Amino acid sequence: MEVFSSLADGIFLALMPINLMLILIGVTVGLFIGAMPGLGSVNGVAILLPITFLVPPSSAIIFLAAIYYGAMYGGAISSVTLGIPGASTAVATTFDGRPLALQGRASLALVTAALASFVGGTVATVLFTLFAPLLATMALSFGPPEIFALMLLAFATFVGLGGDDIPKTIFSICFGLVLATVGFDTISGEPRLVLFDIQGFLRGIGFIVLAIGVYGIGEMIWTIEQTRGEVTTTNPKMTAKGLIADSKEATKKGWKGTLIGSFLGFFVGVLPAAGATPGSLMSYGVAKMLSRTPQEYGKGSPDGVAAPEAANNSASTGSMLPMLTLGIPGSPTTAILLGGMVIWGLTPGPRLFLDQSEFVWGLIGSFYISNLAAVLINLAFIPLFVWMLRMPFTILAPLIFVLSIVGGFAASRSMHDLWLIVIFGLGAFFMRKFDYPLAPAVLAIVLGPIAEPTLRQSLLLSSGDPMIFFNRPIAGPITVIAIFLILLPAFKLLRRKKPAAAN
Amino acid sequence: MRQGEISLAGFLALFSLYLMWKSAELPIGYIRGQGPGGGFWPFWLSVGMLLSCCAIAWKWWRGKSPASVSDEPLMDRFGWRTVLLVGGGVVGFVAMISVVSMYGAVGLFLIYYLRFLGRHSWLLTLAMAIVLPIALFFFFEGAMQISMPQGMPFTQPFFDVMYDIIY
Repeated sequence: MEVFSSLADGIFLALMPINLMLILIGVTVGLFIGAMPGLGSVNGVAILLPITFLVPPSSAIIFLAAIYYGAMYGGAISSVTLGIPGASTAVATTFDGRPLALQGRASLALVTAALASFVGGTVATVLFTLFAPLLATMALSFGPPEIFALMLLAFATFVGLGGDDIPKTIFSICFGLVLATVGFDTISGEPRLVLFDIQGFLRGIGFIVLAIGVYGIGEMIWTIEQTRGEVTTTNPKMTAKGLIADSKEATKKGWKGTLIGSFLGFFVGVLPAAGATPGSLMSYGVAKMLSRTPQEYGKGSPDGVAAPEAANNSASTGSMLPMLTLGIPGSPTTAILLGGMVIWGLTPGPRLFLDQSEFVWGLIGSFYISNLAAVLINLAFIPLFVWMLRMPFTILAPLIFVLSIVGGFAASRSMHDLWLIVIFGLGAFFMRKFDYPLAPAVLAIVLGPIAEPTLRQSLLLSSGDPMIFFNRPIAGPITVIAIFLILLPAFKLLRRKKPAAAN
Repeated sequence: MRQGEISLAGFLALFSLYLMWKSAELPIGYIRGQGPGGGFWPFWLSVGMLLSCCAIAWKWWRGKSPASVSDEPLMDRFGWRTVLLVGGGVVGFVAMISVVSMYGAVGLFLIYYLRFLGRHSWLLTLAMAIVLPIALFFFFEGAMQISMPQGMPFTQPFFDVMYDIIY
C-alpha cells in the first residue's frame, strides 16, 4: 500500500502546473529532436541540461525524462517517413515501418508506433513501480558472459530467422562487427584497423555513419533506380476517421509485438550496459520468431513496427532503474541524467529511494504523465508527418539527402565521416542489388561495442575457456538457444533434403 | 548479374583478407593474464567474412542464388544514368561543403536536384534553396548550438550577418 500512496504523491507532484508545463515542452521538443536524423535523446538531454539548473531537481529530472520519452517516440518518425533511423533505438522500426510507408500506409505505421510506445512505456512504468529494488538486484547478476550471450542471441535471431541468403547475412553481421572495432582497442588503448592509414579512422566508425549511408543514401538511390523515379509513397491521406481506423488495425495486428516488446524491452533495458537498442532489436527478432507469419516481416508488418517501438520505450524506462537504484547508467542518455543528478546534489544508489523519496516518486509519477502526453502529442502531429509524404518524390528525395548529410555531420562533426556516409551509401546500393541484407550490418555495428568487451572479459575470467558461456546458470541457456537459432537454417535444409532423397 | 555476383564476392573476399592482415597488427591470440589480444575479435570476424565469401562463391558456382543464374545486366542505361546523376549529385554536394559551407552546399544541391533532375519551376526551386538552408542554420547553430562547416573565407560575411541575428 505504501507504494501506491507514494505513487499518488508522485503523480500529484508531476501534475503541478510547472511540472506539467515542463512535461509538455519536454515531450514536444524531444519528439522533434528524435525525428531529426542524426539527433537523438542524448542530444536533446545534453543540450537542455543547463536549463534545468533554473528549476528544482525534481522538476529538472521530470523535464529531462520527458525529453527522453519524446525522443523515443520521435525516432520512429524518421524511420517511417524518411527510411532513416534517427537513432540506434529506431533501427528495427525501419525494417517494417518504411515498407508500410512505401505502400502508402505511413499513418498506420506511425499510429502503431505511437500506441506500441505508449503501451511499452506504461508496462515498463508499472513494472518499475512494483519491482524496482528486486529487478536492480537481479540485473547485477548479469556479468560479461551473460551480456555476451544476450548479444549472441540478438545476432542469432537474424541468422536463424532471416529469409535472406545465409552466407550473405553472416557476411553482413561480421562486416558490421569489424567496422565497430575500427579506431582504438578499448582494452589495450592501441590504434586498431586504421584502414589505409587514414587518420580519420582513429575516431572509429559510428553507427549513425553506417545507418545514414545505408538507409539515407543507398536505399534512396536504390528506390529511385528500381521505381525509375516514379516512387509511389502514394497520396497517404490522414483524417480523424482514418486515425481511428488505423488505431483499430494497429491494435488488432500489432498487439502481439507490443506485448513482447514491452516485457522483453524492459528486461533488456534494466541490464547495465545494454539499453534500448539491443532491447528493440531483440524484440523484433523474437516477435518474428513467435509469429505465425514470419514471412511478412520486413515487408510491412504492423507487428514488426510495434515490437521494437514498444521495446525501445519500455527499455528507456527500464534503463532508468539501474541508474537510480545502483548509480549505473544503462545508456548514454541515462549517463547524462546521472551526471545531472550529481550536479543537483543527489546521490544515486540504493538509499535514494529512502533519502529522496519525493524526488524518486515524482520522477516515477512523471513517467505516467509523460507517457500519456507523448502519445497524445505524437498522435496530434501524425497528420503533419504524413503530409510530408504527400510531397512529390522529386522534392522529398533531395530533402532526405540533405537531412542525411546535415544530420550526419551534426552527429559526428567530421568531414571524414561525411565521405564515409557517401561511400557506404554507394556501396550499400551495389550490395543491395546482389541481395546482401544490410540491416544485420547496422545491427552489428550497434551491438559490436557491447559484444567485444564482454567476450574478452569473459574469456579473461575463464582463462580462455569458452565453456564459461555454457556452464553458468543464466548464460548457458541463452547461449544454447542462440546456437540453436544459428543452426536452424541447416536443420531446415536437412529436413527439406530428406524427403527429396526419399522421393 | 551472374558476372557481377562473383566479381563482388571476389572484391569482398580481397577486402576481408586486407582486414585480416590489418587486424594482425595487434595480437590475435590469447595472452596469458591479459585475455584475447586486441586483434583477436576483428581477425576472426574477418575470417568469418572470408568464409562467407567462399560460401557465396560456392553457391554461385552451383547456381543456387538468383543472381548466379540471371543473364540480365546489372543495370540498364536508365539505371546507370540515375546512379551517376543522383549519386554524383550527392558526391558533389559533399565536395562543395568545404568550398561554399554546409548551407551553401545545401542550396546548390537543391537547385541541382529540384531544377535539373526534378524539373520543378525556378520559383519553387529558389524558394526552397533559400529557405531551407536558413531554417537549418537557425535550427543547428541557434537552437542546437552545433556549428556546421563554413567553407572558404569568402562565405564569412554571410555568417557574420546570420550570427548577428542569433546572438
